[in-house]
Amino acid sequence: MEDEVRLMKGNEAIAHAAVRYGVDGYFGYPITPQSEILETLEELMPWQTTGMVVLQAESEVAAINMVYGGAATGKACMTSSSSPGVSLKQEGISYIAAGELPALIINCMRGGPGLGTIQPSQADYFQATKGGGHGDYHLIVLAPSSVQEMADFVGLGFDLAFKYRNPVMMLADGIVGQMMEKVVLPPQRPRRTDEEIALQCPWAVTGRPDSRKPNVMTTLELDPVAMERNNIRLQETYSLIAANEVRFEEHETDDCEYLIMAFGSVARICQKAMEEARAQGIKVGILRPITLWPFPSDEVNRLSKKVKAILVVELNAGQMIEDVRLSLDQRIPVHHFGRMGGIVMDPDEVLEALKKIM
Amino acid sequence: MKEEIIIAGFGGQGVLSMGKILAYAGLMNDLEVTWMPAYGPEQRGGTANVTVILSDSPISSPVLNSYDTAVILNQQSLDKFESKVKPGGTLIYDPYSIHHAPTRTDIHIYTVDAMEASFELKSSKTYNMVLLGALLKVRDLVPVDAVMKGLKKTLPERHHHLLPLNKEAILKGMELPRRSN
Repeated sequence: MEDEVRLMKGNEAIAHAAVRYGVDGYFGYPITPQSEILETLEELMPWQTTGMVVLQAESEVAAINMVYGGAATGKACMTSSSSPGVSLKQEGISYIAAGELPALIINCMRGGPGLGTIQPSQADYFQATKGGGHGDYHLIVLAPSSVQEMADFVGLGFDLAFKYRNPVMMLADGIVGQMMEKVVLPPQRPRRTDEEIALQCPWAVTGRPDSRKPNVMTTLELDPVAMERNNIRLQETYSLIAANEVRFEEHETDDCEYLIMAFGSVARICQKAMEEARAQGIKVGILRPITLWPFPSDEVNRLSKKVKAILVVELNAGQMIEDVRLSLDQRIPVHHFGRMGGIVMDPDEVLEALKKIM
Repeated sequence: MKEEIIIAGFGGQGVLSMGKILAYAGLMNDLEVTWMPAYGPEQRGGTANVTVILSDSPISSPVLNSYDTAVILNQQSLDKFESKVKPGGTLIYDPYSIHHAPTRTDIHIYTVDAMEASFELKSSKTYNMVLLGALLKVRDLVPVDAVMKGLKKTLPERHHHLLPLNKEAILKGMELPRRSN
């Protein structure tokens, strides 16, 4: 029954996928619209099957620091929250990035700023892709647009996190979190044994055998020469990630005269607008970045050579549009259409915005 | 085949679960499905609606601006969604809580005395299943058997003794739709 087709919410799919991937620990604190992740994990009771730890921490700050501690021991640890809660986690995220530790952080975005609203938003693009916490660091940022991707990106996220020893953020939103769709879950894998972790993560703080020097996990380095060296090493990792891990999806870009760019669930709304536009004879295509960092700049630039204009559609006041503009080596019109504060645009509004720029 | 459906009413009326059961029935019938809820922070009393799409091809947007079929449970939802039914589409509503009946002439409008039927069944909780039955009568979306399978999937096992009552409610609902325009 491993490949049984099921119907579930994106948040529920994340919880199931985490257990099946063999995640060692989930630490979270409830907040709408992502509470089903913790709730589903509590229902699944994986501590009785795979031995996975599921813990409702006393706060978001506690949860991210539990992830930090667990990750330092080479365990696959994750946390999830929604916008205001992810703001609280930023100090810990910066420490995890500085410590070069693998971890998965999920942000199921809601409208902000401040406590905002519980309805969907994409207003944390800047926070996710440009740092968020202090210091020169990058998260690998994955933007799922379907329930299937919510499940798949748990595994992909951890694979990338361990490959590069870098935290990964899944930047979802209230739409993919709350909607139900068909999903095929990954097969159940066992959690890694302590021996496997010692072998695969020689850097992990696992208790020192006599045969090696102690592993030390700290992000404090008071010698600026050494600290710059740490920064340079981080930047080398980011260059490697940027060269190897750009992911995107295209629809009808072969003959397009106009390009829509959108990420996450909004790309789906734009797809419906595209279908309608094509029916009316408007040649429009869609480029959906799957990794928001690293951003598919080369592909944006390549497509910009053959289109008359680009329309960036987001549930914010214009954030990804900055990366779109930075990708271009020639000037073409780049426009933005967005809704804010938890309002979700419908396909007609996108079509209208497209016609306005033509 | 593609049917874009909105079900709208108050929180607590079973709007979201009615959509869920319909979505599961679609799954059982090998259709592509999306179930997209919209509701406020309240568990009861606030507005709640759900968009369900059943299709034999992949579904793009879970968010829509117009619908093939609307199932309406209160006045606010009627005011909001009557104009969003596609010309030639279907609107089903329970007149129990409606003061201003729908007026469009380019869509098929049906009334369903679902509240009364649920009183007769001595369980107000069957209200949404009566409406689901009416929907299935008017729009041949999925067979009742698929709905029962979907219901069995969504209902926790401790409530499985209620399956016969739910089936009764669905069958009752299938007798009720009356064309009103």
